[in-house]
Amino acid sequence: MNMMGDPNAARKEWLGLLAKSKAADLARLWQASGAEPEHKVLRAPEIGGVMVRGRAGAVGAAFNLGEMTVTRASVKLGCGAVGHGYVQGRDKAQAHCAALVDALMQTDASARVEVAVLAPLREAAAQAKAIRAAKAAATKVDFFTMVRGED
Amino acid sequence: MYVAVKGGERAIDNAHAWLAEERRGDKAVAELGVAQIREQLALAVNRVMAEGSLFDPDLAALAIKQARGDLIEAIFLIRAYRTTLPRFGGSTPIETEAMVCDRRVSATFKDAPGGQVLGPTFDYTHRLLDFKLAADGEVAPVQTGTPYEGATPHIMSFLDREDLIQREPEGADVPADLTRMPLELPASRALRLQSLTRGDEGFILGLAYSTQRGYARNHAFVAELRIGSVAVEMEIPELGFAIEIGEITATECETVNQFQGSKTQPPQFTRGYGLVFGMSERKAISMALVDRALRWKELGEDNLGAPAQDEEFVLYHSDNIQATGFLEHIKLPHYVDFQSELELIRKLRREAQVPKAAQAESAEASGGNLSGKMKEGAVT
Repeated sequence: MNMMGDPNAARKEWLGLLAKSKAADLARLWQASGAEPEHKVLRAPEIGGVMVRGRAGAVGAAFNLGEMTVTRASVKLGCGAVGHGYVQGRDKAQAHCAALVDALMQTDASARVEVAVLAPLREAAAQAKAIRAAKAAATKVDFFTMVRGED
Repeated sequence: MYVAVKGGERAIDNAHAWLAEERRGDKAVAELGVAQIREQLALAVNRVMAEGSLFDPDLAALAIKQARGDLIEAIFLIRAYRTTLPRFGGSTPIETEAMVCDRRVSATFKDAPGGQVLGPTFDYTHRLLDFKLAADGEVAPVQTGTPYEGATPHIMSFLDREDLIQREPEGADVPADLTRMPLELPASRALRLQSLTRGDEGFILGLAYSTQRGYARNHAFVAELRIGSVAVEMEIPELGFAIEIGEITATECETVNQFQGSKTQPPQFTRGYGLVFGMSERKAISMALVDRALRWKELGEDNLGAPAQDEEFVLYHSDNIQATGFLEHIKLPHYVDFQSELELIRKLRREAQVPKAAQAESAEASGGNLSGKMKEGAVT
């Protein structure tokens, strides 16, 4: 992610953030933002599965690990911007909301949506990650060598 | 021969109603919520996701509640649900190297970058019942440390640099999928790994243990065991690029195994691999050992006739839903089948009785013999 020179880097980042967000968080932030853009539903929210793949030995041939649930939706704003939402899990409202955010992020409203919705989501994700990492760090083993007794 | 039999509807309805009541248990005890199962029985949820082959903690928790805690029944429910989902596509292979690790240990290298991180483990507990848990739900605050910011490369990559470890061959971009095509043998490693990761934990554990006890021993060391969260990325056609569509918890185990070398290979280490949804380290280690045992042919080893080396035996018996389906069907009505068996055995006995009677008469005439009488006694 955030590859230098990738023209889609910013959109990739916010779509990933929306996909991993908690449905309740996104709903709350979206409501608080007050944005109610006029839009047409291109794809009504749809629940499906994605086959998650791994690699043999972490580096070799791909294999199918199992599926995960994903919900997707697409919208088109009055101005013509098309938004796609892909979210983990089975929350249709979340997918629809993610599509609206994606669409608005391509319009003049992007700065407002960024501050009202994306920044808090990003911060919450970073904080949750930091808390787990700090707990993991406390379980790191500090080896020390015992003084040998043969001398 | 199948004959339609009617008459069980009311009994079945009443049985299911009673099942629902029994599931609820004593109403004086608070009902268990799905969120409680998801949060507090997380390892059961993980197992149902891994063997149900669907990562969705809420659904797995619901299945456990519905199945009254019978995990194979819960896995069955998830498998059935899974088949109703339209398939949006396949992810790009997850980058376990970039996993945010809750736990990461190596039995081969003490000083791995990032160190040995124990995480929330049962290891080193005394396995004594904790009666405090029955009394209250108080949890002591957890210590925190300074998070490690650096990369956590796979331990195996150090051996790889020295060319001491067998290289992993490339495979097809889109691996064969046993949920779409019937499993055919010989199976590719991709199919074997898919089969093992969704296989029954107990069965895979038993097979792995058999290799440790000497049935195709492969001297495994756990080079690395890591548990944590990893992003899932998928190419989205309408966007024209890949995005992260979620994040899963997974357990990965890489084993390093002895290898004597063959006609074409110098002596070097070989690998076994386990990757499982959720925090499931017993399963991941077992999977790696069985994966390694099944690789005997491609590594030019001898077939020792061990169960864990027998691809057909392992892959056709590891799925607990297939197994339980076939096993449990024998309790369903087989009245007509059994009627024909009954008639056959009566006929055989009638036929056997005739010459026996004649034989007994002639034996009596010659004074009789003990063994003949014993046999007849056993039959009657």
